[in-house]
Amino acid sequence: MTATIMLNGKSISPDAAKTIGQLLGEHAIDPSHVVVEVNRALVSRENFDRFPIRDGDVIEVLRFVGGG
Amino acid sequence: LWVEDDVDELIIGGVTVHSRLITGSGKYHDDRIIPEVLAAAECDIITVALRRIDFNRPSESILNNIPKGKILLPNTSGARTAEEAIRSARLSRAMGCGNWIKIEVINDQKYLLPDNSETIQATEVLAKEGFIVLPYMYPDLIAARRMVEAGAAAIMPLGAPIGTNRGLLTKDFIAMLIEEIDLPVIVDAGIGRPSHAAAAMEMGAAAVLLNTAIATSDDPVAMARAFKLAVQAGRTAYCAGCAAESSEAHASSPLTGFLDN
Repeated sequence: MTATIMLNGKSISPDAAKTIGQLLGEHAIDPSHVVVEVNRALVSRENFDRFPIRDGDVIEVLRFVGGG
Repeated sequence: LWVEDDVDELIIGGVTVHSRLITGSGKYHDDRIIPEVLAAAECDIITVALRRIDFNRPSESILNNIPKGKILLPNTSGARTAEEAIRSARLSRAMGCGNWIKIEVINDQKYLLPDNSETIQATEVLAKEGFIVLPYMYPDLIAARRMVEAGAAAIMPLGAPIGTNRGLLTKDFIAMLIEEIDLPVIVDAGIGRPSHAAAAMEMGAAAVLLNTAIATSDDPVAMARAFKLAVQAGRTAYCAGCAAESSEAHASSPLTGFLDN
């Protein structure tokens, strides 16, 4: 079964990604420049590669942008 | 009260900073100019914001354009409540770029005025968690005292609403904070011209924080230099002690020894 997740407010089904690390890799996102929250809980960067994506997860991926 | 430039340091949350100009990183036409702007401003602290990545169009992280060695001051912009600000602050700290946070809680969309009450609550929680907390606030003395009690490292009153460039509309109330609050008072928001920054520093503000005035000027690098000079001039004037005002004239030249008619 393909997992359906809410990623940054949008419902998606990841192609093949099974972990947070793979999800970032699919989109060529540098893990050192993001923070990730899964179901409101912070996921530490060293756990990205083994943190599983499960059906129904609400995932937020954020980075720093210009601001005042 | 004269203090030499090299010993006139600003200490925020136990950290010594040399520059009294803090700049934002938003609104630049091209972020690649930021290193040159920071060099011209000679600032130590720069603000950033935390936002969702757009997976359809992942943009470059602002961190790629901020030189190493700067103190990063993430803001909690977008937060409407203390709870949202706390969540944003924890996420920002997890980025691994230090424990500074500018608390910004705004639930007024027309004037973007900060909610002091929610800001006090967020300050208390985050200071206990070890953050260096800089709350952006409406200049209200009573609220500022609560922020001191809550563990703020500095107080950041607005001069005028964000992005308006209207200067020190709240001048008299900021003066009360400078007089009464035993923490650095950093004027944040509304400063549109170097003369506004100089005026804030002459009053005794510890520093100024601005973004729009530099980022949206015709020449941000030159404007950054102008603000650096204005902040230094205002600070030096404050340390030198400005001469008293008078409603009557007082001749600067001797009133004796005139030529006879």
